[in-house]
Amino acid sequence: MSSIDTSAGETGHKKGPGVKKAKKLSTRVDMTPMVDLGFLLITFFIFTATMSSPKAMDLRMPKDVDDPKKQNEAKESGAMTIMLGKGNQVYYYFGQLKVDVGVNNFKQSTFKGIRDIIIDKRKEVMGRHVHDLGSPESACKEMQDRAKKNGNPDWETACLDRDFVVIIKPDVDATYKNTVDILDEMTINGVKTYAMVKILPQEYELIQATEASGGIK
Amino acid sequence: MTPFVDIAFLILSFFIMATKFKPPEPISITTPNSVSSQDLPENDAVLITIDSTNRVFFSVLSEKNKAIFDQVIQKLNTLRTLNLTNAQMANFKKTIAVGVPFASLGSLLDVPSDEQGKVSQPGIPVLDTLDNQLVWWISASKEVFRDNQRPLKYLIKGDGGSKYPAFEAVMAALKKNDEYKYNLVTSLENAPPNSALDVANRRGKSGGK
Repeated sequence: MSSIDTSAGETGHKKGPGVKKAKKLSTRVDMTPMVDLGFLLITFFIFTATMSSPKAMDLRMPKDVDDPKKQNEAKESGAMTIMLGKGNQVYYYFGQLKVDVGVNNFKQSTFKGIRDIIIDKRKEVMGRHVHDLGSPESACKEMQDRAKKNGNPDWETACLDRDFVVIIKPDVDATYKNTVDILDEMTINGVKTYAMVKILPQEYELIQATEASGGIK
Repeated sequence: MTPFVDIAFLILSFFIMATKFKPPEPISITTPNSVSSQDLPENDAVLITIDSTNRVFFSVLSEKNKAIFDQVIQKLNTLRTLNLTNAQMANFKKTIAVGVPFASLGSLLDVPSDEQGKVSQPGIPVLDTLDNQLVWWISASKEVFRDNQRPLKYLIKGDGGSKYPAFEAVMAALKKNDEYKYNLVTSLENAPPNSALDVANRRGKSGGK
């Protein structure tokens, strides 16, 4: 092991014969063990350090309303229903579910593909939007004013996507990860109105049939 | 060598200060990723954990005010007439997470907290809508926090592999207590480039309002 040379140099003045040289006590300490220990601690803390702290994601659920008259209704033209099934598969349809021969709007996708579908649908709904700023009870005006007040640079387009509603329906085989991922997708794509609803038996049967025919486990 | 050692000790002190030891967890959970960057509350919250086999655990997070633990278990004891002994109730504040039905809560609390990891916990029964026992845990904590005039947050920490029905049942228990706002515990991931959120984030950072 190396050590720091602490001996005083032999260059001191000669005090003449007979004068004993007083032994100088060195003030320098061998630091090697301390440094060794220091590095040991560094490695320990580097390995134990948890860099990514957990984060919290907000989720607001609506109240359960039994009275169908009081339930919020989504416009059919702006509604999109996303269902989650086994094996990270995503199913979706626009508006009302139609599964008659010839007209079938029940489609299958993946988490990768669903983003573009959401974006396209949102654009389509926004393109169809008609400003109804004339009427005094216009909800559109209210949304614009609120956005303006909050300093949103896009306040003029704040109400364009107000008809766009995504309904999320995870089935019993969907994992928690899938649920969080699709909720995250809403945040990523700026979907303002979305709801998590229980899946209908008819939809569940359709997913089961698709899964059986596609061999999805 | 001296500057080198100086830097080394600087790094050392950084890591010592930056390290926060993970609290011991009774169950290992791999949380899913999300783009949410909000920090997790550590006090005044209840944590509902769903593990990969869909077991549900309940714990109260209140490091600053330990009295809350006793009040919660006492409240639960009276709400459900569980006939817990004082010693059992005193042990609750050392218990990291409870994942047993009410019937075996007493025997879990008999075990010293450092040995509870060995006890097999089947999870709080939630899937039966008529006997969703999580409802009582939540209502007991809700009342205690209200009496203490503390805000209460609901954290749901689910394993990525757990199935949706367990999560749905947890939300049902919260809804029964008229609670509609929850925090899901996730790990951070970046917003995908050029998505609506990414664009908004970048604009926010560059200061353009």
